[in-house]
Amino acid sequence: MGNPILFIILATIALASALGMLLNRNAVHSALFLILNMVTLAVLYLVLNAPFIAMVQITVYAGAIMVLFLFVIMLLGAERTSGPIRPGWQMYLTLLLTAVLLATFGAVLLGADGEGTAVAPTLDASPTAIGLTLFESYVFPFEVTSILLLAAMVGVVVLRMRRKG
Amino acid sequence: MPVVTTSWYVALSVALFTIGALGVLLRRNAVVIFMSVELMLNAANLAFVAFARHFNNLDGQIFVFFVITVAAAEVAVGLALIVAIFRTKNSINVDEINTMKG
Repeated sequence: MGNPILFIILATIALASALGMLLNRNAVHSALFLILNMVTLAVLYLVLNAPFIAMVQITVYAGAIMVLFLFVIMLLGAERTSGPIRPGWQMYLTLLLTAVLLATFGAVLLGADGEGTAVAPTLDASPTAIGLTLFESYVFPFEVTSILLLAAMVGVVVLRMRRKG
Repeated sequence: MPVVTTSWYVALSVALFTIGALGVLLRRNAVVIFMSVELMLNAANLAFVAFARHFNNLDGQIFVFFVITVAAAEVAVGLALIVAIFRTKNSINVDEINTMKG
């Protein structure tokens, strides 16, 4: 499943950009770090035999969603943030709970019998194959998603509509 | 050279998810909290794709597709809410949004 050196480089970039997003005081810089993270994940998807998902990740996530984020940050002029909260009981509780979360994940990962060596990628993951699966096995979820998107669109329009009088 | 296994990808996914959870809990800017939620969704997507590759099955990739769609809808509604809150309170610090607090 890919070259170890390539994986380590990509994982390092992904973790560093995620930490950069977490620690940066400027919201615009946080958004740019998150875009870097998403592009890195797209490359990992390519390694994992998911070319369609990789392209969707770049166009929808790194493109549309992050542009929306940057647009709102600049519209509100809220790029100066206070950064992470100051040390206090809240922060210690957060760190404790995160440590518990990590320990749980770690226990699951280490406890897995998992020789994770996957079989060779015999699967066709082209957009054609994805489309066939989507419209053969997942037609109902697909239609539900269209209703969800419509509801989101109507909701946003109603939310921003000025009341007369 | 070591062989890259599915566990490596799952471990990376765990690390990214934890950083996202830390962001939600530690930051006070509503937009940055939203970005952290996106990071957590991305971590879940990475695990989905890794397992799709592991089991040689397309269903995982279809789910990632749905997750991305739902994330887009969530961001549109969430950011509209943030803009509406900013218009009334002139702040997006979540500590100051306490009007409904008893």
